[in-house]
Formats: sequence, structure tokens, C-alpha cells
Amino acid sequence: MIIARILGTVVSTQKDERLLGKKLLIVRPINVDGSDTTGYVVAVDTVGAGFHERVLVVAGSSARLAQGMKDTPVDAAIVGVIDTVDVTSS
Amino acid sequence: MQLARVIGTVVATIKNESLEGRKLLVVQSLNKDLAPSGKPMVAVDSIGAGIGELVFWCRGREASFPFKREDTPTDCTIVGIVDSTAHVTQGTSR
Repeated sequence: MIIARILGTVVSTQKDERLLGKKLLIVRPINVDGSDTTGYVVAVDTVGAGFHERVLVVAGSSARLAQGMKDTPVDAAIVGVIDTVDVTSS
Repeated sequence: MQLARVIGTVVATIKNESLEGRKLLVVQSLNKDLAPSGKPMVAVDSIGAGIGELVFWCRGREASFPFKREDTPTDCTIVGIVDSTAHVTQGTSR
């Protein structure tokens, strides 16, 4: 899983019916020290995360294993809102 | 699977139901000389690893297999603890 920060939202009316009701967010992967990296991913939110929060993003087919995501066509899902990251050394 | 060093912990109170009760650790991948390589990842712990330990982890869909419920959404799971660095040996190339 990667740590990411929520940058924004995506609104899509015309989409696969299994994605109906799912919240789509733009997230940017960040380093463990909180600094930004480049790039972004559109991820489906499963926890009710909000703008600028640090979240856990699971990628690949494992994203479908999250509660409420069975058989949905996604490859990135937000599965947790991070309270703290404690790193002793890197 | 890859070798990694556990370098930290992650606390997330709000998480997907299927991740409840799981321990989240920050792991730094290592190359064959046990030097850090690549960026740290957040891994779900399946065997009780701790900070500073040398472990190996599994990525992809298979990362969810150690858990009873095969619906644990993880793409990175610690599946073993290496007893010591002395046990990481390499054969000589011919």
C-alpha cells in the first residue's frame, strides 16, 4: 500500500454501473516524511476521506477486495485515513 | 517476494472494515546486499513482525492470501521474518 494525499475530486455521471455511488478522488503519492512526489492516481474512496487528508491507497486487483468493492472495475482504492506515520530511520 | 526492513508504524483509525484489527508497518525494501532500495511501502503484518526486523514481503493480489478472510484489501503483506542477516547468504556465481 502507498501513502497518498488527497488533491481533489472527480465527478463522472456516465460511468460503469458498478461504480454508481462511489466517490472518486485524485490522490498524489507522498513519501513517509510527508513530502510530495510527482504524479497522481484516481482512486475510489471506501472510508469517507476528505480533501488534503493523508490516506492509505491499495492498488491493483487487491483494490477490489475492499468492503463494498466486490466486482467493481477499479485498480486503486482508498482503504484508510492515516492518523500518524512513525518512522524510526529510513 | 522481497527482503525488507521494518522501519516504522502507521496508525489509521478510520479504515475499510476488512482491514480492522490489522497491524500496518512501514517497510523499506532492500537489495541483495541488504542496502535500502526504492521507496518505503506500507505493509499489512501477518506474522507479528516488529520495528527493526528483517522480513520478507509479498506484493500483489497474493498479499491477501495469508489472512483467513481472503477479502483483505492489501497489495503488500509481511509474510516472514528472517532469523538474522547471517542467514541471508548468496551462492557464488560461476
